Amino acid sequence: MASSFTRILSSKRNVGILSLVGGSVAAGFLLHREHVTAGEPLRRRYPASAEYPDLRKHNNCMASHLTPAIYAKLCDKATPNGYTLDQAIQTGVDNPGHPFIKTVGLVAGDEESYEVFAELLDPVIKERHNGYDPRVMKHPTDLNASKIQSGVFDERYVLSSRVRTGRSIRGLSLPPACTRAERREVERVVVDALSGLKGDLAGKYYSLTVMTEKEQQQLIDDHFLFDKPVSPLLTCAGMARDWPDARGIWHNNEKTFLIWINEEDHTRVISMEKGGNMKRVFERFCRGLKEVERLIQERGWEFMWNERLGYILTCPSNLGTGLRAGVHVKLPRLSKDPRFGKILDNLRLQKRGTGGVDTAAVGGTFDISNLDRLGQSEVQLVQTVIDDFLAGSKYGVCVLLRSSWYRL
Amino acid sequence: MMMMMMMVMMMVGSPDVIMPFGNTHNKFKMNYSAEQEFPDLSQHNNHMAKVLTPEIYAQLRDKETPSGFTLDDVIQTGVDNPGRSHLEPHDWFLLLRRLQSTRRRVAGAAPWGAAGGHENPGRENKTRRHPFIMTVGCVAGDEETYDVFKDLMDPVIEDRHGGYKPSDTHKTDLNAENLEGGDDLDPNYVLSSRVRTGRSIRGFCLPPHCSRGERRAIEQLSIEALDSLEGDLKGKYYALKNMTEEEQQQLIDDHFLFDKPVSPLLLASGMARDWPDARGIWHNDNKTFLVWVNEEDHLRVISMQKGGNMREVFTRFCTGLTKIEDLFKNRGHEFMWNEHLGYVLTCPSNLGTGLRAGVHVKLPNVSKHEKFGEILKRLRLQKRGTGGVDTAAVGGVFDISNADRLGFSEVELVQMVVDGVNLLVNMEKRLEAGEAINDLMPEQK
Repeated sequence: MASSFTRILSSKRNVGILSLVGGSVAAGFLLHREHVTAGEPLRRRYPASAEYPDLRKHNNCMASHLTPAIYAKLCDKATPNGYTLDQAIQTGVDNPGHPFIKTVGLVAGDEESYEVFAELLDPVIKERHNGYDPRVMKHPTDLNASKIQSGVFDERYVLSSRVRTGRSIRGLSLPPACTRAERREVERVVVDALSGLKGDLAGKYYSLTVMTEKEQQQLIDDHFLFDKPVSPLLTCAGMARDWPDARGIWHNNEKTFLIWINEEDHTRVISMEKGGNMKRVFERFCRGLKEVERLIQERGWEFMWNERLGYILTCPSNLGTGLRAGVHVKLPRLSKDPRFGKILDNLRLQKRGTGGVDTAAVGGTFDISNLDRLGQSEVQLVQTVIDDFLAGSKYGVCVLLRSSWYRL
Repeated sequence: MMMMMMMVMMMVGSPDVIMPFGNTHNKFKMNYSAEQEFPDLSQHNNHMAKVLTPEIYAQLRDKETPSGFTLDDVIQTGVDNPGRSHLEPHDWFLLLRRLQSTRRRVAGAAPWGAAGGHENPGRENKTRRHPFIMTVGCVAGDEETYDVFKDLMDPVIEDRHGGYKPSDTHKTDLNAENLEGGDDLDPNYVLSSRVRTGRSIRGFCLPPHCSRGERRAIEQLSIEALDSLEGDLKGKYYALKNMTEEEQQQLIDDHFLFDKPVSPLLLASGMARDWPDARGIWHNDNKTFLVWVNEEDHLRVISMQKGGNMREVFTRFCTGLTKIEDLFKNRGHEFMWNEHLGYVLTCPSNLGTGLRAGVHVKLPNVSKHEKFGEILKRLRLQKRGTGGVDTAAVGGVFDISNADRLGFSEVELVQMVVDGVNLLVNMEKRLEAGEAINDLMPEQK
């Protein structure tokens, strides 16, 4: 008995040992490590209850759904690359959140995270995506831009139009968990594929590590340059490690199609232009995405995607389409209307300042975009945004008109 | 038999579950060559970057300590904080400082507190912009890190600690009786005196790597030990997550409160995870002896008081430390210590004694002397501003402390400070009187 015991103990990689000793303080946290004669020093291990995070002051989706029971069940599991539950939830533990803004509070380290930790992720996804149940529902993907009806806005109000999404390369770990070599591989694969783009999509790559001062200034002036994240929501998840290694920006010569590499996701794909031609922006978006997908497939790679969750990205909030289609629009009068928030809610729209998430609107100009990501296709979401906007009115006030307006 | 009763064994199939945090436990890294994984250190200027060659990386990268700490974990903070490039950690620090909550104490000519009067009540100046001190760029996740990764750690230690060799032994001396003098530093010049060090509890992982369970256990053990202190050391523990507004304000006013680290040097290593869980501050009723729990190290121990009686400060320091060590031993725990590295702490810069003994001293004339830097160097002392990171000394008041940590005993280091400060004060008085100080110039210690 003793010999099999020591034999098992000596295999440090395959054994977890829980030790419980009476006489610990009432809290039950304190555990006394037994001195085992197996020889090799052991890791101190604690029961799940001693490791369970203190979430009493937290207000994020992870904290709402991570019960001690779920934690106990999942805390010893890991994905094939070794990513654990504790790693996934670290950002949510470290960032309790805000009473009015509910952040997600966890990330995926790889595609398998969504399966291995499904017991936590599924309810989080359901809450975040307006009731979408990944256990029973399927997500439609539709990048056929020709289906879009109308979609050109009044440029007296709509200053610019933009559609963005993200894509992950299957087989490589996501930014919270990737090694330096994996990250460099993502860069290599994507940059290689992008070099195959032609016509109005042809462009150039600017690596963050080697760009010149001049290139950097130009990218800043174009509002293309992304910088090392400072938000603790991101840094606590580990996505800023090894910055700026293998990070970069690619854009086409016309500056209407832009790709970020290895920022919060493997890739972020952005199509945009000044003015209100959302239809054209989306058309270029779909064309570009499909072309990039074809090019990486030629090289033996593919995007992370499945029927349940659509396109797989780092943050559960970006699953499905990962799509945010929006405009910068002048709404100085409407935005002062006390019903503005409710109007947006009813239309499934979201407002942000023109500096992006967490910024304030400047001069009555707002960034208005779709709220939903998962459960509707790209075409459906963009059409919704388009339908929500009607150009002009005889009073020169841009209003958002839909039947819902009259339901207020 | 007892073991069988008390232990529950759990077989964990592959993939292996190892300690949380450390995205560098990614197993896929072994699918790539060492060269593909080697970090880009071309912009870097820290000790780790100077020492880590592709060969050393290749040799060590598949190793891990018994608790699962890897080479990539050790170096992450050094990779993320180059030191002297456009990505100055200091710039991030300043940016984040501006975003801090208003409860943080404002930097200024503040009276000496636990932090030495620095902007972050708990945080000492980590000398990000000090022209002579390079950042270390690596941390330990447990005691064994210094052994498993010694091919990296030994040269870093040698570089940082003035040529300390892998074969050298470090002497520990916490007998305050061995200090000569030190009770009469002129209080007209020496405003306050302070001694600090750190201690780690053997058998637990260090802050970059510990789990919540371990951190809580460390807190619990520390509370028990500290609650047993008596006499002038008797005091109280304030857990960061439970303190009342009133307690918090009092700790701020006393300059005791430490806050979540904002320095990227610390954040990148993972020591701020799960903040403020299991972190806290203990101090005695007299407010002259202070212990931080689970900040950058398991324990940081600080003894201080106004005025120039360094001897008393050091005596209390030694007494307190020894008592705490005994209390831990009675509960079956000891501090991490060995003959070669002395007391083992998270950052290699704090090995040996982990001791920084210093004073706030008025040296408006000496500090302007052209040989000030040279004098300090020969005395093996270091200067810092008292008004916060990167500020010049305010009103000519400097924080003067020992530069060394390893290779000298505690008594020796405090003696250097005592003797050195006495000399500096004498020089100050000479210069005030318009006299020369050439005959007072010290030899290199």
